Amino acid sequence: RHCRDNRVHYYLYRHNRTNSNDTAMLCTGTYGYSSLFPYPSVLSRYISLSLPPSFPRYSPADIISTVEFNHTGELLATGDKGGRVVIFQREPESKSEPFSQGEYNVYSTFQSHEPEFDYLKSLEIEEKINKIRWLPQQNAAHFLLSTNDKTIKLWKVSERDKRPEGYNLKDEEGHIKDMSTVTSLQVPVLMPMDLMVEVSPRRVFANAHTYHVNSISVNSDYETYMSADDLRINLWHLDITDRSFNIVDIKPTNMEDLTEVITAAEFHPHHCNLFVYSSSKGTLRLCDMREAALCDKHSKLFEEPEDPSARSFFSEIISSVSDVKFSHSGRYLLTRDYLTAKVWDLNMESKPLETYQVHDYLRSKLCSLYENDCIFDKFECAWNGSDSVIMTGAYNNFFRMFDRNTKRDVTLEASRESSKPRAVLKPRRVCAAGGKRRKDDISVDSLDFTKKILHTAWHPTENIIAIAATNNLYIFQDKLNSELH
Amino acid sequence: MINTMECAVDAQSLISISLMKIHNSRTQRGGIKLHKNLLVSYVLRNARQVYIKEKYAEIYRMQQYEEVMTVCNEIQELNPLDLDAEDADDEEQARATCCSEEASLCSSACHRGTAQSATHARTASPLFGCSSPEDGSREPDPYYYRSCCMEASPVSHCEQLPASNTTHCNKTTVLDLDTHVVTTVENGYLHQDCCCDALQSPAKKRKVEFDCCISDAEELSDFTAARKRAKREECSYSSLDYTDTSNISNLISIFGSGFSGLLSRQADLEQICSKQVLASLGAWTRAIVAF
Repeated sequence: RHCRDNRVHYYLYRHNRTNSNDTAMLCTGTYGYSSLFPYPSVLSRYISLSLPPSFPRYSPADIISTVEFNHTGELLATGDKGGRVVIFQREPESKSEPFSQGEYNVYSTFQSHEPEFDYLKSLEIEEKINKIRWLPQQNAAHFLLSTNDKTIKLWKVSERDKRPEGYNLKDEEGHIKDMSTVTSLQVPVLMPMDLMVEVSPRRVFANAHTYHVNSISVNSDYETYMSADDLRINLWHLDITDRSFNIVDIKPTNMEDLTEVITAAEFHPHHCNLFVYSSSKGTLRLCDMREAALCDKHSKLFEEPEDPSARSFFSEIISSVSDVKFSHSGRYLLTRDYLTAKVWDLNMESKPLETYQVHDYLRSKLCSLYENDCIFDKFECAWNGSDSVIMTGAYNNFFRMFDRNTKRDVTLEASRESSKPRAVLKPRRVCAAGGKRRKDDISVDSLDFTKKILHTAWHPTENIIAIAATNNLYIFQDKLNSELH
Repeated sequence: MINTMECAVDAQSLISISLMKIHNSRTQRGGIKLHKNLLVSYVLRNARQVYIKEKYAEIYRMQQYEEVMTVCNEIQELNPLDLDAEDADDEEQARATCCSEEASLCSSACHRGTAQSATHARTASPLFGCSSPEDGSREPDPYYYRSCCMEASPVSHCEQLPASNTTHCNKTTVLDLDTHVVTTVENGYLHQDCCCDALQSPAKKRKVEFDCCISDAEELSDFTAARKRAKREECSYSSLDYTDTSNISNLISIFGSGFSGLLSRQADLEQICSKQVLASLGAWTRAIVAF
């Protein structure tokens, strides 16, 4: 559990658990591409149990299901399908090793959720971590909330670098001493020890959700948080686990009348009374908790009218919002549906401010994407610290960034080949089948739909991004431009 | 209007794929995912709408042809004064709503005859009687069905054909939904066997469905013009094998000369019509006709 050593430790851990020849890879470095985008050059380092890259096998439990920076960006948490949480910590920059500055290394690993069985409904409850949210740091310890489909847990992550030595009743290993050997009394003394990271569950918020929890969001009052499932949103106090308040309930009296579900929810970053939730119908609702105890009636409804000429079999599916994020300023909302990312102004409900086509070339492939279930993939989206760039994932391990000011965009790939040490990430291009093709372009038909980037995160203040590509985590950093634009 | 152009598979395949997904979701780990199943149900509904429209169009083509048959048989009963205008909307509505549940429930081999009344244009036949459940605008009207079911011909629900029904349905009691007048129609009024599925809510307005003749047919000339239109459309859309083009021109000329023309050529038409009918409708219809 040593900090310094935990890189190796982490990968060994993963190796044993999966019991296969998996490669767990963490690469950190800087990214960039000089011509197109203000974030030049990737410098990446591989830390892996090196196995031939031709072995892509991994256990399904290793698939990363959520990625989240804490409020300072010092820590990065990932959750996976197996219910584990891995926390990375950024190494302090040092002059002596210029190329290892700002690298993220494993800080702690723990099992957050275990599979459960609901005997009443004869249902297995998956241990997959759906979301992790950090609490703002208030003392030396760090706190985070992690949730699976049903239960939210508050974890305390603390460091221990001293331990008491010199007990009277027990020896160094903790065994009770034979009283006859005790001849004098001593006062235990705190002695320095190798740094140890301890994680302990402080609260378990259970039995409040009938449906699958999809979001959690910590309020700016640092006292409450909300959890949202398909039909309801509950408000909790961080210290109270046996009670929660239901603030949104869209369950119809007759389930046959069900037309939409809640897909994501988030508190406003500054106003503790405001929150937003998105629905499967592509609408956003801003609610004010001061207005009523039950916020079924929205304060604002953000909806873009559907183009009737564009209706297809899958119109409802592709308009379902998979993620919603407030901008850091609190002025804008970023939403992601299957093919687009949209920026909304809180003051304009009738239509989004900006619409970005993430992978419109998939529009003609919706049928096959429906057949192989890819159309149900829920992509997340992220703002950069200054709210000038938005990022979201796509297929073939591609992820996209859109600069809102310059209107430029770029497609990058998170892959081993393209992330060699100090390599510059090349912009990628997807061309329509049969279209004019440049070298290194990839045709739509060659895209690998099993390689999807659903979860991405952006450092709160710097140009550092974390990309989860199935079971691999990539961290890219803009070395040359550390400050945000 | 759902654009099906970009979809590689047809509506029917989509329906079966969707149903398979719903079925599989029951055994998936973690329980049934409400969101995914809701989205799949939307695809199912969209696919069914398209499937039904396609089915409807097919039957419409069939019906267009059948119209000729029934007109032949109803020559005596023609009363142009009763032909009232119907909204184009309603017509569209009826077209959209008919063939709904029934078509999907019954086998595709089931041809639904449509009730057709040359005499009572406003007393629309209930067709399949139902809109899709999602259409909240439709109101159920069970009374209509009951009345017509009571007088229904002894033919089973899934074996209905206009031509054949003329021999059976001599008398039908019909409730006009617009005027709420109950009338009894004789001779060749083909009512839809309202396979009144209790779950379904029938269309608000019944139409003499497939009839283009309904639109603004208040005058004889309009009626005949509509018939002509119907005939021409029938010719172009029909999947029937019109090998004998002289028959087509015969029919058109008959309509062109007005009802009197029909009267004189009735015998000829009947012969032609029945031949065509038999040729196109398959073995089981032949059985009914023979009966």
